[in-house]
Amino acid sequence: MSKIKLTTVTFKGTAEQEKQLRAMLNEEKSGAHPSVMAALQKAQAIYSYLPIEVQTIIAEEMGVSLEEVFGVATFYSQFTLNPKGEYAFAVCLGTACYVKGSGEVFDKLCSTLGLGDGETSADGKYSVSATRCVGCCGLAPVMTVNGDVYGKLTAKDVPDIVAKYKQA
Amino acid sequence: MFRSSILICGGTGCTSNHSQEIREEFIKELKEKNLENDVAVIGTGCFGLCAVGPVIIVYPEGAFYSGVTTADVKEIVEEHLIKGRLVERLLYVDKHANSHVKALSDTNFYKKQTRVALKNCGVIDPENIDEYIGCDGYQALIKVLTEMKPQEVIDVIKASGLRGRGGAGFPTGMKWQFAANQVNDTKYVCCNADEGDPGAFMDRSVLEGDPHAVLEAMAIAGYAIGSHQGYIYVRAEYPIAVQRLNVALKQAKEYGLLGKNILGTGFDFDLEIKLGSGAFVCGEETALMTSVEGHRGEPRPRPPFPAVKGLFGKPTILNNVETYANICQIILKGADWFSSMGTEKSKGTKVFALGGKITNTGLVEIPMGTTLRQVIEDIGGGVPNGKKFKAAQTGGPSGGCIPAVNFDVPIDYDNLISIGSMMGSGGMIVMDEDNCMVDIAKFFLEFTVDESCGKCTPCRIGTRRLLEYLDKITTGKATMQDLDDMEQLCYYIKANALCGLGQTAPNPVLSTLRYFRDEYEAHIKEHRCPAHVCKGLIQYKIDPEKCKGCSACSRKCPVGAITGEIKSPFTIDPMKCVKCGQCMATCKFGAIVKE
Repeated sequence: MSKIKLTTVTFKGTAEQEKQLRAMLNEEKSGAHPSVMAALQKAQAIYSYLPIEVQTIIAEEMGVSLEEVFGVATFYSQFTLNPKGEYAFAVCLGTACYVKGSGEVFDKLCSTLGLGDGETSADGKYSVSATRCVGCCGLAPVMTVNGDVYGKLTAKDVPDIVAKYKQA
Repeated sequence: MFRSSILICGGTGCTSNHSQEIREEFIKELKEKNLENDVAVIGTGCFGLCAVGPVIIVYPEGAFYSGVTTADVKEIVEEHLIKGRLVERLLYVDKHANSHVKALSDTNFYKKQTRVALKNCGVIDPENIDEYIGCDGYQALIKVLTEMKPQEVIDVIKASGLRGRGGAGFPTGMKWQFAANQVNDTKYVCCNADEGDPGAFMDRSVLEGDPHAVLEAMAIAGYAIGSHQGYIYVRAEYPIAVQRLNVALKQAKEYGLLGKNILGTGFDFDLEIKLGSGAFVCGEETALMTSVEGHRGEPRPRPPFPAVKGLFGKPTILNNVETYANICQIILKGADWFSSMGTEKSKGTKVFALGGKITNTGLVEIPMGTTLRQVIEDIGGGVPNGKKFKAAQTGGPSGGCIPAVNFDVPIDYDNLISIGSMMGSGGMIVMDEDNCMVDIAKFFLEFTVDESCGKCTPCRIGTRRLLEYLDKITTGKATMQDLDDMEQLCYYIKANALCGLGQTAPNPVLSTLRYFRDEYEAHIKEHRCPAHVCKGLIQYKIDPEKCKGCSACSRKCPVGAITGEIKSPFTIDPMKCVKCGQCMATCKFGAIVKE
């Protein structure tokens, strides 16, 4: 499992989000098989990440320990304990992309943005991550920025793509 | 009635290449020309030829256009749909025939395939249940519910010889029999759609292109073993597949093909979709069930097997997406039809996702027993750029690399294991002479170290130690003793790890050691990476013949390792060089070489 890096960004959840969260948890609890994992998925959809404050509420409402919630949250790679950047850069390091040189694309992206894997810039604008296969191996190597897909890349293409989002 | 239909691929590959925008452009363009009632625009699942996407087919001619952009839409409408002339320049170019090919079925890529699991992919609109029904959809469920006893269903599946397509190849009929034999009011049917092998996308394509086939097969399985509830555990990284499954589920319920009292036969079967959250180990059956229950997806020892004690402690069967995609056709066409395809012990077909250094990246379905040569050269179009084939990797992080000497081995479960790889779920990554096999082994080990759940020691610590050995080798610090120790450790992990992930984790190392030991030895004895990949062992040099002395590389070098005088050849100081490769990328004259 990947190393656990806890965020230093302060929690800015709103009352509206908390209301949504508690309503969702009430519904999850009343199902035939209440699931911490499903609760975390839905919580992440509300907050876009899983700060410890949110995990605490989930533990209380679901009647399980915070340790158990934290255990599930850190087990799966889709859960993030840190807020993603406004522009989330992700490079596919799946096999098909890797043999076509996505490792170099990833290194170039990290050096261009000055961030490491799983890191978010201090202003909250950019984040970098290495992902597993995104499934468009025909376009390998692939990078995604939020929903946009960039395929058949070389390391040379990276600075131009980054510049596009720096201007935006 | 429509006089023409435009089929636009809506698989993940083509969608990433803006096929959705092309679809909208067609609708707009046809409306402008008042053709919206004459020409149908249909989004389908994957056609298979992802390499040349976005792809579209125009019927009735069957014209197969590749690499289409929104700018081409107007021309296709005006030339093809109005004047009836094919747009030659957009037709797919077959590398073998070296000419434009009109129809998808005429391409070499297609001719050698047999489509069973992918029968409807790229043919029907996956979001329209009527199209599925029009292609014999839900006929198998009707047949089973009205004409067959549960045991008869299991007998047909057993007789067909179908084996699990998730990789391990366990006979599907036997699995169903074990669960059917259990006496219990509550049993579950699960579908493993947590396709985690990097580079594999077969299951995703089936879910995106033909979701109803999976739902129907699960209902049949439910009837066969006496279950009324199913779960599909699908990767959250597959948003299109999840969305189409949801649409299909809703439609099937509306039509009374799922839910209470299906078709008035008194049989109840309901399905629920459970999203994964990205953990490779959840492809292992006990881990998957623990994850469906909402916990950390850690595996547990077997027995008890899931057929006895599975999800929520109840008897459960778990099959892979592609396995289910075969079921309905076996029921309709019979066990003999299915077992007539394939080899003695591996019946039917197998879908492979071709990727890596191959011309036709994409999805192919071949009868078991097809040789690697046929797949890579005839269907895949060979290795591009005149490079030499080195190995094909199958089975993902659990599999191995197959070298060119085994090119003519017929592909089936048992043969692949005997040559040191495995079927796996069906990823096939082609590597050429520029790929370092030690680096590839290291890549897979990094993956397993990352994905090891940590429950058992051989996997948690063993894989990490293996990776350290590989690190030593790729940086030139290893001894021949290390190589022997590493091999021993591989066998130890295989024998002692708790689940399939750990037991197969050493396979990439063992198979590359078996076929490419010389590469390992070159790293250790000569401190040399024959493919020039391992950073610790390569050197960048400037060819004085080609260098024009422009200083571009020197200005780019982050550590000031390149010096020289303008207009005479520059040199790189190997002591300062950090091997970032920026100089090579900068040089316009190709004067910088890796050694």
